[in-house]
Amino acid sequence: MESLTAIVLSGIFINNFILVRFLGLCPFFGVSKETKSALGMSAAVIFVMVLSTVATWIVYTYVLTPLGITFLVTISFILIIATLVQFVEFVIRKYSPPLYRALGIYLPLITTNCAVFGSTLLNVKESYSFAQSIVFSCSSGIGFGMMLLIMSGIREKLELSDVPESMKGVPIAFIIAGILSIVFMKYFGRIAL
Amino acid sequence: MSDRPSYIREFMRGILRDNPIFCLILGLCPTLAVTTSLENGLGMGIAVIFVLTGSNLIISILRWQIPAIVRIPSFIVVIATFVTVVDMTMAAFLPPLHRALGIYIPLITVNCIVLGRAEAYASRNPPALSVVDGLGIGMGFTLALVLIGSIRELLGTGMISFMGSTLLQINIEPAMLMILPPGAFFIIGLLMGLSNLIRNRKGG
Repeated sequence: MESLTAIVLSGIFINNFILVRFLGLCPFFGVSKETKSALGMSAAVIFVMVLSTVATWIVYTYVLTPLGITFLVTISFILIIATLVQFVEFVIRKYSPPLYRALGIYLPLITTNCAVFGSTLLNVKESYSFAQSIVFSCSSGIGFGMMLLIMSGIREKLELSDVPESMKGVPIAFIIAGILSIVFMKYFGRIAL
Repeated sequence: MSDRPSYIREFMRGILRDNPIFCLILGLCPTLAVTTSLENGLGMGIAVIFVLTGSNLIISILRWQIPAIVRIPSFIVVIATFVTVVDMTMAAFLPPLHRALGIYIPLITVNCIVLGRAEAYASRNPPALSVVDGLGIGMGFTLALVLIGSIRELLGTGMISFMGSTLLQINIEPAMLMILPPGAFFIIGLLMGLSNLIRNRKGG
């Protein structure tokens, strides 16, 4: 039984979603061009991730497992996430227009975000309890958001630097991600939990 | 597409001009995660070809039946069904590969390539062409995975092995870094830069 502290540390640093598990790379390279959109995207991801963890955990434990249809995990989880994203979009649009303006455009993108789907699958794979699942998805969402922010900061600076023509844009972002990944592995990879 | 599209051209387009990894920058997560060796890359590629071809076929057949407003959820259900088939087949017949690929098999469902092709191609083209498109894009994806996997395996372990036999061995000090996550980012970044360079030269 992993302690909650271990799950938080592992989610944010040691098994960082982007640098170590490679989940959520499309938004990582897609919306990391400026800090403002990176902030919006990470807030939306954390929000949806925790909500969908709650929903999928309940469905998995009380519907799929008793009925013995755990092989439907892929289909049911993706449908839950898609429905939830739609629902959240409606609710936010109705009750909080400012929040909708900030997060709205990122929400539809999240349905096909592997970070959200991946975190729900990992919860099942590691057979986390309810509390552990929520802590795990929250901390991996924070890890994701942190990387997105760091990356967007670097890419904003990069606009001014002299990069070879064919490496501009995504290729150089990959190289930077590689360097960041080395840093993360050196600093946090040795921590044994 | 003004004149009658040829099947061969559609197939080659997926491999070269619209290569999902190097040109369209789609489907990155599995690309980086499973390309630690040639075998894993190939296994992932074949799984994606199957899912892509199958879902393209079904979606293209059903393209007049699916109402536009619920098309994305319908596509996702079709794709998730094929993914489940692959997942269970692989667990039954290739357990080591299934263990190596882990959660990245169910994650094919949210792979932007598959949904992207369903939306951009299969929902507006006849079944035969959609199958060819699926095969072509899938092949392009697989070739990219195999290329990246081989480079990483070669630099990281000093040799490339396939089905238990050694294909190629070079006398270098293995750089562990290459089969760890940072290696994936470097190799893909450099390959993308290279493909941009070649394209810019060609474009004049």
